[in-house]
Amino acid sequence: MSTTTGIPPAQSADAAIKENKKTLSRRNIRIGLSFIAPALIVLSVFVFYPTIKTFFTSLTTDRINRKGIFVGLHNYAELFTNADFWTDFRNTVIYAVAYAPLVVIVALAFALLLNRKDIKGVGFFRTCLFMPYIISLTVASIAWSFLLSPSLGLIPYWGKVLFGIQHMDLLGTKSTALATIIFITVWKNFGYFMVIFLAGLQGINPDLYEAASLDGANAWQRFLHITLPGLLPTFNYVVIFGLIGSFQVFDQVFILTSGGPDRATETIVYRIYTEAFGNGKMGYASALSYVLLIMTLIIGVIQLVWNNKHEKEEIG
Amino acid sequence: MSQSTPTAIEHDKLLRRAHARHMVARVLTYFMLILMTVIIIFPLLIVLITSFTPNKLTQTWPPKVIPSSFTLDNYTSLFQRMPIGKQLMNTVIFAGAVTVFSVFFDSLAAYGLSRIDFKGRGFLLGILIATMMIPAMALLIPVYKLLASMGLVNSYWGIIIPRLADVGGIFLLRQFFISLPKDLDNAARIDGAGEFRIFWQIILPNAKSAVLVVTMFNFMGNWNDLLWPLIMTSRPETRTITAGLAMLTGHGSSVTPYGVVMAGALISALPLLIVFFFIQKSFVQGIAMTGIK
Repeated sequence: MSTTTGIPPAQSADAAIKENKKTLSRRNIRIGLSFIAPALIVLSVFVFYPTIKTFFTSLTTDRINRKGIFVGLHNYAELFTNADFWTDFRNTVIYAVAYAPLVVIVALAFALLLNRKDIKGVGFFRTCLFMPYIISLTVASIAWSFLLSPSLGLIPYWGKVLFGIQHMDLLGTKSTALATIIFITVWKNFGYFMVIFLAGLQGINPDLYEAASLDGANAWQRFLHITLPGLLPTFNYVVIFGLIGSFQVFDQVFILTSGGPDRATETIVYRIYTEAFGNGKMGYASALSYVLLIMTLIIGVIQLVWNNKHEKEEIG
Repeated sequence: MSQSTPTAIEHDKLLRRAHARHMVARVLTYFMLILMTVIIIFPLLIVLITSFTPNKLTQTWPPKVIPSSFTLDNYTSLFQRMPIGKQLMNTVIFAGAVTVFSVFFDSLAAYGLSRIDFKGRGFLLGILIATMMIPAMALLIPVYKLLASMGLVNSYWGIIIPRLADVGGIFLLRQFFISLPKDLDNAARIDGAGEFRIFWQIILPNAKSAVLVVTMFNFMGNWNDLLWPLIMTSRPETRTITAGLAMLTGHGSSVTPYGVVMAGALISALPLLIVFFFIQKSFVQGIAMTGIK
């Protein structure tokens, strides 16, 4: 790494910039790039190149162990006319659309509980509630698969004793399997968003609450008109982060249901995995990857537009 | 005088009532918090308890929360079923090496993208942000094929190298670096300090909380990752603990008793939980700080 600056110590940085702007700007490009180079090399080989390569593979019938032929957009045509793809697509969208708001509501509820000034031991509760976020989805899935096991689990047993439900099999029933996976993921991740909400809540000026109370606003009105607007930037971050993350659901499905019963929990990512590394159909799986990539980019563009609008409002 | 006494009494009454209402709200909040916390950590307690429960007692109906006896058999059985020591070592080497190098490279890049003003910086940043949107799954196939063609499947190099830089980390650090005052490095630059020294001795020490968050996320993410090590390893002795654990349950394994799986789950989660308990305060504060940026 270069350590020479070329600036005489007595001269101010501003004057130096004016004096030899050209050499300085060239020097800055050199220095800037040399700082970025290590990361850029890694990303070029393992992110930029594969992004392009996946697209070209998606136009072929490549298999895991041999090269295929160029087929143009055939894989995409096959994919969009395949009913199973639309099942995967629907599952992924339902998952994302249900998970993101749910995790936000649960996280916000806990953050509001923890934000009360008269509560002692906030640190303790926060640590406990954050713990599911630290463990792996694999461990979380294992714990819940035991609790939900129809023949061994406590939850089906309690369901029977308390509500008279016979043979409760939440993960093995088509109508409840996806909802159960969503619930487990909310359980695992809400602690992270809770911490962010807590910080957002603490950033709201307490004087606002006092003024509102004096004006006769009740607790609900204060929540609606002070807390929620105050948390808007946090919401933006949390919802987008939750949405993009939920397009990548894999571990829970892999361990808990393998996409079943009858594809009820099969997501696009899970399908890519089975097509590529189970059936060896790299071309087809690459096409699926690109569909997922485009879905994610759409969310990303929505975020950018939203952010720009939001920033303009803040300035204007 | 005669009129002020009743108002005073009424006022007192109102105050007491408000106080009582406040007390009830407080007790209710505690009750809710304790109840919810127990519910939230209950599955984790079940992992702990079941890992010490004799196999026979996990298969009885009705199931019990606290078994009538405890055993260490699950742990001895686990050690016979999977090379747990080797897998733990693999995980430490994988997650540790990735974290150390990635955080270093990420913060270097973040420095270049925030503290040095050069032509094309905005363009580079734009590309990196766009890259953040790319689902990991979409990259997996060519990366796997590339590494397989170099014979790097089932090796440390193969699993570590592709993770040596992380766009999310670069972006998070860059957001933090850019919020530091410009005078910080300009003063050092005038004193003739080199750019690397400014980065290492001035910017990094001022960004401790962001570096801590990126470090912990990196370590957690790689320790807990399933898909990547699952694809890059095909033998029990080369797997990470998370992938090994996933193989023990469900997929591709004959039915493993729950007690043994829970023992594995506990061993795989414990190192991270211990690290978390030591750094939890600054970690949580760091997340809060970086999250609302």
